[in-house]
Amino acid sequence: MKTIDPGAADPGPPGAEPEPADAGAGAGAPGTAAAAVAAAGGGLGRASLWDDAWRELRRRWVFWASAGFLLLVALMAAVPRLFTSTGVNEGCDPNDAKLGPSGAHWFGTDLAGCDYYAHVVHGARPTLLIGVAVTLFAFVIALVFGMLAGYYGGLLDALIARLTDVFFGLPFVLGATVILVAFPSHGIGAMTLVLVLLGWTTMIRIMRAQVIAVRDADYVQAARLLGASDRRIMARHILPNAIAPVIVVATLNVGNVIAGEATLDFLGVGLQYPKVSWGLQLNLAQDSFVDHPHLLIFPAVFLSATVLSFLMLGDAARDALDPKLR
Amino acid sequence: MTTELTRDVPQEPAAPPPLLEVDDLHVAFRVRGHDVRAVNGLSYTLGEGETVAILGESGSGKSVAAQAVMGILDTPPARITGGSVRLRGEELLGLPERRRRGYRGDRISMVFQDALTALNPVFTVGDQIREMYRVHRGLGRRAARDKAVELMERVRIPSAAQRLGDYPHQFSGGMRQRIMIAMALALEPDVLIADEPTTALDVTVQAQIMRLLAALQDELRMGMVLITHDLGVVAGVADRIVVMYAGSVAEQAPARELYARPAHPYTRGLLASVPRLDRRGDALVPIKGSPPNPAALPPGCPFQPRCPRAEALCAAERPPLVTVAPGHEAACHFAEEVHGAGAE
Amino acid sequence: MWRYVLRRLLQAIPVFIGTTLLIYAMVFALPGDPIQALAGDKPIPANVLSTLRDRYNLNDPLLVQYGKYMWGLLQGNLGENYDGQKVADMLGGRWTVTAQLALTAWIFELVIGIALGVWAGLRRGKVADTLVLGGTTLLIAVPVFVLGYTAQILFGLHWQIFPTAGTDDGWPMSYLLPGMVLGSLGLSYVARLTRTSLAENLRADYVRTANAKGLSRARVVGRHALRNSLIPVVTYLGVDFGNLMGGAIVTEGIFNLPGIGQQVFQSIQLKEGPVVVGAVTVLVLIFLLVNLVVDLLYGLLDPRIRYE
Repeated sequence: MKTIDPGAADPGPPGAEPEPADAGAGAGAPGTAAAAVAAAGGGLGRASLWDDAWRELRRRWVFWASAGFLLLVALMAAVPRLFTSTGVNEGCDPNDAKLGPSGAHWFGTDLAGCDYYAHVVHGARPTLLIGVAVTLFAFVIALVFGMLAGYYGGLLDALIARLTDVFFGLPFVLGATVILVAFPSHGIGAMTLVLVLLGWTTMIRIMRAQVIAVRDADYVQAARLLGASDRRIMARHILPNAIAPVIVVATLNVGNVIAGEATLDFLGVGLQYPKVSWGLQLNLAQDSFVDHPHLLIFPAVFLSATVLSFLMLGDAARDALDPKLR
Repeated sequence: MTTELTRDVPQEPAAPPPLLEVDDLHVAFRVRGHDVRAVNGLSYTLGEGETVAILGESGSGKSVAAQAVMGILDTPPARITGGSVRLRGEELLGLPERRRRGYRGDRISMVFQDALTALNPVFTVGDQIREMYRVHRGLGRRAARDKAVELMERVRIPSAAQRLGDYPHQFSGGMRQRIMIAMALALEPDVLIADEPTTALDVTVQAQIMRLLAALQDELRMGMVLITHDLGVVAGVADRIVVMYAGSVAEQAPARELYARPAHPYTRGLLASVPRLDRRGDALVPIKGSPPNPAALPPGCPFQPRCPRAEALCAAERPPLVTVAPGHEAACHFAEEVHGAGAE
Repeated sequence: MWRYVLRRLLQAIPVFIGTTLLIYAMVFALPGDPIQALAGDKPIPANVLSTLRDRYNLNDPLLVQYGKYMWGLLQGNLGENYDGQKVADMLGGRWTVTAQLALTAWIFELVIGIALGVWAGLRRGKVADTLVLGGTTLLIAVPVFVLGYTAQILFGLHWQIFPTAGTDDGWPMSYLLPGMVLGSLGLSYVARLTRTSLAENLRADYVRTANAKGLSRARVVGRHALRNSLIPVVTYLGVDFGNLMGGAIVTEGIFNLPGIGQQVFQSIQLKEGPVVVGAVTVLVLIFLLVNLVVDLLYGLLDPRIRYE
């Protein structure tokens, strides 16, 4: 009974792993009653975990505050015209350089006399785009290769593990600086590529560990006994159970990538003038911070608040998905 | 007593207080703003050299009750809401923590279920046993070490002196439980609480551990509270048995009496659900349903929803403990009848 | 135990080779002529170019180039820069500066981080806990260079508690502020890790046993729970020491400390390939060595690992 009823056999640690499969899997696997039971049980379990997590999340002001701020930044990135009619490097008057905040220039003006507020608004797009794109690519890499490495083990696993170690051993700022200097003319696309290259290791390690933890669970064995193919087992049974912690780390990762990208911009090896990003704004103004603190404060606040929002979102998601901590 | 016989004393001479007395103990957990009552009036008395078994399913409150007696409940969320625990007449509840701490391990000790998790993984077993002597007795390193070796030999760990420096994970399950027992008995306590001491072990090892416990109990004249869900473990060891259900006492009686003439349908159900050598051929009868949620106990008898002979009265009114024979009490409206029927 | 040491040692070798090869390939084998690219826009006479190509073994296949470079490295030779200066000499005195900075940051992380973590872990869900969690999240969120400038302006210029820049006041005074800035990220992680780990361990069975043994609260927490809780923290602290050496690039720039990071950054800008590769290779070597030490320490702290 126990061994062929995966749904019931895994009351297990409800912690990091959501319940297996979804209800649709049952319909897709005709034949055995056990499969239907399994899928139904799994479906219920899964619904309750994600539902619980969502219910938990909804109650937190931290979640709403970060989600709200990120929505604002996303809107700035998508439709900057909603916030400012001034384009990038438009209406700059060198005579009005480094003015403090005023009615005409809410955030003051920069070294070239451009409106700082407009630049902060326009700076949202590259920052957010790179943060999300890098994480998305790394996430996909982690899912695919982490799954394969964890599920099949053996040579592939050893290879991936060593490769991860190699990239992990490379200091981020140094590695990125070396590559970026070698490609002097790089835009958002190249930046994304470089950051993926240096940042894919964290998630894949977690995914691999998750897959290994789930791989030998009773319900996976049961699915195997029932004749499910490897692909089906990975997609229907292991993935849903292994993905939650990876999602949490991915959310945190967006924040880290944004901070990393800004650091590279700040060092002058990231995006280059005339592009606009928060890190670049800070780079251009770094010699004037002491006398004109507004040049530091505004981009820094937006940058930090964006990173903070992703971090808090990730933290909230982790707490919600991990009933042990409730 | 003998010298004063000449004077006619109207009242009985004050008997020495029993070793351990638990009286109407109540423990509640605070969960999301609600009180969940885990223990609802548990009482028992333990004499020197005696063994009381507390029998119940998981969730019946037996472990929580043991931790309350021991004084190691996690507070919050748990809280003792009433009752009293007396050790040789001295009230333990409400004792200053410093004083209470001095009793723990010294006068009352506890053996836990799973020695692998109950022993600290990063200290050697010698270290963990020595700690008892060093903290409670202030013994020096050397003396504590010698004591530890002696103790490990006493619980029959082969080549004890060499194994002093080993870590818990290097021992087998049975040996690990022996370490746990050695640690609990280090200071020759008056009372030993054994919380499912054999549940995590193989059946063959279970018997060895129970025999060891019984032998040591004899040697040290300890009182032992044996907490278990396993009727088989209880059988040869216990003097008295307290059956707990949903946080309160369903029935308590001397062991033989309880086996022979259970007075509560739950106890009867328990006995019918385990195989017995003297009843070969009889079908095993499981108890239907599952224990109630302690957060939402029914107003009447907590066993009523599962009880084969429940009547309307049972759902409405909570049965009190009634005495059906000397030393034999049961919390059932029909205790007399059930008792009268004897074992099936 | 020795088997464990040996195994970790053997595992570190391919990682070292892989990582250094990666850096080497990135700097010297990217598209275009590396000498030309590394020299930037300055035109190079053909004969100089060919001499240089020869001197840096650029006419060999990549792996051979790398092999020759590593062979030199094993003999303590980090190669020469394009202006003929020995890379080892260029980096020489700078190591002390970076090491002092990293050490300051590391001690800061270790002491304050663990203290905050223990404080919060013992008061889970209380004000102290929320304070530490909120504060550390904030510290993680603010990029290091923002933090660096803010700290420099406030503590250095405005309140004049610490020197603003440079190493004139020596260790520790000149290194305190930069060290705290550099260590802030690690401090946050250490505090959070300690907190979570301690809170978790306080609920472990063996803590209940320790209570049942009649030990004092201080002994239960300080000896039994903390020892177990610090295992992941020590691992992090070790890994982070390498990060600190590498992360010094930004902090050294802001506080004008003449360390490795500053040199590497200047060299990257001046496209001095040999200096970059030399410095980064040594950094990676340190990173791996520290990791190795941590792994061994881990085995010492957690007896369960040793006998696997």
